[in-house]
Amino acid sequence: MTAMLQVTDVTKAFGGVVANDAVSISVPQGAIVGLIGPNGSGKTTLFNAITGAQAIDAGSIRFEGQEISRLLTGEIARAGIIRTYQQPRIYGGLSTRDNMLVSASIRRGSSPSLFRRANAKAIAWADELLDFVGLIEKRDILAGDLSFGQQKLLELAMALSNEPRMLLLDEPTAGINPILIDSVIERLKVANSKFGLTLLVIEHNMPVIMDLAQHIYCLAHGSLLADGTPEAIQNDANVLDAYLGAA
Amino acid sequence: MAEYRALTPKRLLLIASLLAVGVAAPLVLPAYQLQLTELLLFIVFALAWDLVGGQMGYNSFGNVLFVGLGMYGAAIVQVGLFYDVGLYNAARGGGTQFVFDVPQFITGLALGIPAAALISAFAAWLLGSLVLTMRGHYFAICTLGLGIAAGQIAAGIPWIGAGSGMLTPNPPEALGDVALLLYYLALGLAITCALTFAWLLSTRFGLALNAIRDDEDKAEAMGLKTHAAKVTAWVIAAGFLGAAGALYGNVVRFIDPVQTAFAGATIGVWMILMALLGGKGTLAGPIVGAIVFQIMKELFWTYLLGWQRVALGLLIIAVAVFFPAGIVGFIRERGSAKAKEQNQ
Amino acid sequence: MTSNLLILYEAPALGLQLAIDGILIGAVFALAAYGMALVWGVTNIINVAQGEFVMLGGLISILGAEHGLPLWLTVPLAAAALYALGWLLFYTVIVHLLGRDMFNSVLATFGIAIVMQQVMAHVFGAADRIAASSLGSWFFLDNFVVISKMKVVVFAACIGLGLTLAWFLSRSRKGQAIRAVAQKPEAASILGIETRKVYCLTYSLNAAICGAAGALAATAYTIQPYGGLSYTVRSFMIVVVAGLGNLGGVIWAALGLGVAENFAGFILGTQYQIAFVFGLLVAVLVFRNWRLRRQRKHLE
Repeated sequence: MTAMLQVTDVTKAFGGVVANDAVSISVPQGAIVGLIGPNGSGKTTLFNAITGAQAIDAGSIRFEGQEISRLLTGEIARAGIIRTYQQPRIYGGLSTRDNMLVSASIRRGSSPSLFRRANAKAIAWADELLDFVGLIEKRDILAGDLSFGQQKLLELAMALSNEPRMLLLDEPTAGINPILIDSVIERLKVANSKFGLTLLVIEHNMPVIMDLAQHIYCLAHGSLLADGTPEAIQNDANVLDAYLGAA
Repeated sequence: MAEYRALTPKRLLLIASLLAVGVAAPLVLPAYQLQLTELLLFIVFALAWDLVGGQMGYNSFGNVLFVGLGMYGAAIVQVGLFYDVGLYNAARGGGTQFVFDVPQFITGLALGIPAAALISAFAAWLLGSLVLTMRGHYFAICTLGLGIAAGQIAAGIPWIGAGSGMLTPNPPEALGDVALLLYYLALGLAITCALTFAWLLSTRFGLALNAIRDDEDKAEAMGLKTHAAKVTAWVIAAGFLGAAGALYGNVVRFIDPVQTAFAGATIGVWMILMALLGGKGTLAGPIVGAIVFQIMKELFWTYLLGWQRVALGLLIIAVAVFFPAGIVGFIRERGSAKAKEQNQ
Repeated sequence: MTSNLLILYEAPALGLQLAIDGILIGAVFALAAYGMALVWGVTNIINVAQGEFVMLGGLISILGAEHGLPLWLTVPLAAAALYALGWLLFYTVIVHLLGRDMFNSVLATFGIAIVMQQVMAHVFGAADRIAASSLGSWFFLDNFVVISKMKVVVFAACIGLGLTLAWFLSRSRKGQAIRAVAQKPEAASILGIETRKVYCLTYSLNAAICGAAGALAATAYTIQPYGGLSYTVRSFMIVVVAGLGNLGGVIWAALGLGVAENFAGFILGTQYQIAFVFGLLVAVLVFRNWRLRRQRKHLE
């Protein structure tokens, strides 16, 4: 089976610090893949490389067979990769629902549709997803006035409304009320099974990622340390070492 | 977005009464006709600045470029349709050989204004592809440079009168009250501009501009075609600025390259002040701001002659430092604070 | 235009003359740009009133010269007056802009510039002015190249002032405080540095530098109450090319600008010299941005 996302030997250095050293990962279509590693191990750098936020020094990134490592952020997004951030990024000056409306699958809409008002169908789609993440009550509030956790959920809903082929999530449960974490995981699983969404997830919360992912990559000091099923990773001596050593 | 959606009876009534005031104003206050015309053009300037500055977050200090291009563009079309522009300017537009009869004058205006809009829009499209990739203060200072460079270049071209400027065609006596005609043209332009922007801001394009303002990198990472949206907004704004510039040139009659056409230190910064004073990033703000500004400006010019720039400069500082949300923004912030309280 | 190029080709000495004059004025640009970079780097504010500071310094020194004061007195006088103005502006306006959106500071300092222009025109008159200088000139190459002695003095004094300032920033305690605040304001304030005082010192110092630059420039170049903006734009452009906090880069960029401007003025005609400066600014920004875009970055 060919992978949907194939990262091969990606290297990125900032000055003298090598943040990614010949990292290779592969994400099959329809899978949920986890990316773990101690702080500063290069996880977010890899996300930035895949989504085009930063140029890479060497290596190749292929998405559905197409080389995307030279494309600009917008082109990669329109190819079908959408990400969320550790610190949620929403449009603070827009209402919660408008955040959804402006995020809805624009890559599939041709440009004239930009000069139309959001129709009932688009509003229904936005509200459905707001309901899905439990923010429907907040739809008329300025997104900038939402709490951190609410913004995080809104960002997830925005990403889903874009109907990407692949979703990159940077610590989706960090900063979210612990009571809500289980429901977030549940929703991500539903998004994966119901919408056929492929997920690549950075997560620090080990129980979360062990529960969510089918396959896990572990980075340390910019290089790939180990990969395998959650069980294999949990019992990997190198992984345990990296975490204990870093702690 | 929701605020522009509904055309309730109350709103229709408001629009109708505003329209009535607009139509009646110059007849009721003939002594202020010139100031009223200027006000309508200022409303267009402020609205056009705000589409890009307030709604999209790209604070241009050089929008006066499009005003000046429109001003010269229209004047050149108005003259060039019937006479040689170089000769006309060499004779300072005077003499018996450069007379415009009624059909000529009307044709000139009818073709000159749309031409001005097109010229400015085209310039915005050309320049936008280059400068709209810059952000923040780089964009601000770069556009400032563009506006001033244009004035200096215009001042060096003899064909359009060089440093001694250019006169717009002398209106024929037979036409009657040309000032009133220009007023109603300005009224039409201001209404068209406000309605177009109200519609634009109610579409997803308006949301896209706001998204770019709030977090452009995020918008890009969400697949929005940010560059195309930015250039489109700038082109639309420039079109209206060009048309307003065309009318402004005909109102003041004399186009000085640095003092009227590409006047960065006056109109160029006034339009920012008007938008800011009324409330950046709102539709009503620039309109309210233009009205308040025009009144203050007239007061300054009447009572502080010789020091009016000082007064305006102090006003700019005061607004930038102490009142950046503007009148409409101030009212809205209080509403938002209430909503926030309810959320908690 | 082509005929002017031909003249340059046939009389290379003229090119030499243009280059030398360009280098000499470039030192004034360098000083103003260095001050702008200082304020920008430390307070994150772009001072659009930079050129007006230069003009005011020049006008004060012209006034002093008319009352019989020698150059070595008018320059410190202008610097001191501008230092006081900088201090005043800091506590009335600039202090409210710290940490705010850059747009507010650009607009507010633009407002300061507009106020200063008309006040200066009222106090000193709106005409082009130049201080009388009686040093004469050196003549070279059969009088084809003329170098004004005063311009050489101005050049040397500007470079000297710039080096003194760089030394002050790197060696003195106050200078080190400025640099500390520029790099890590929070850490500096924890260490007991009063950041607001440092910001004030930086802004006032910049005003004084501009005042001195203007006072020196007034002895050899025209000064005009409404002529400040081109100095602001030149400073901005030089800083964009050289980067913040790099005196060497600032000097090279400034001298280069002086030379380029002089050649452009000759080839295109002096009426286009200012247009060239502003056009070059746009070109520099577009070019830098284009190069960054290839690395998926942009000017920000």
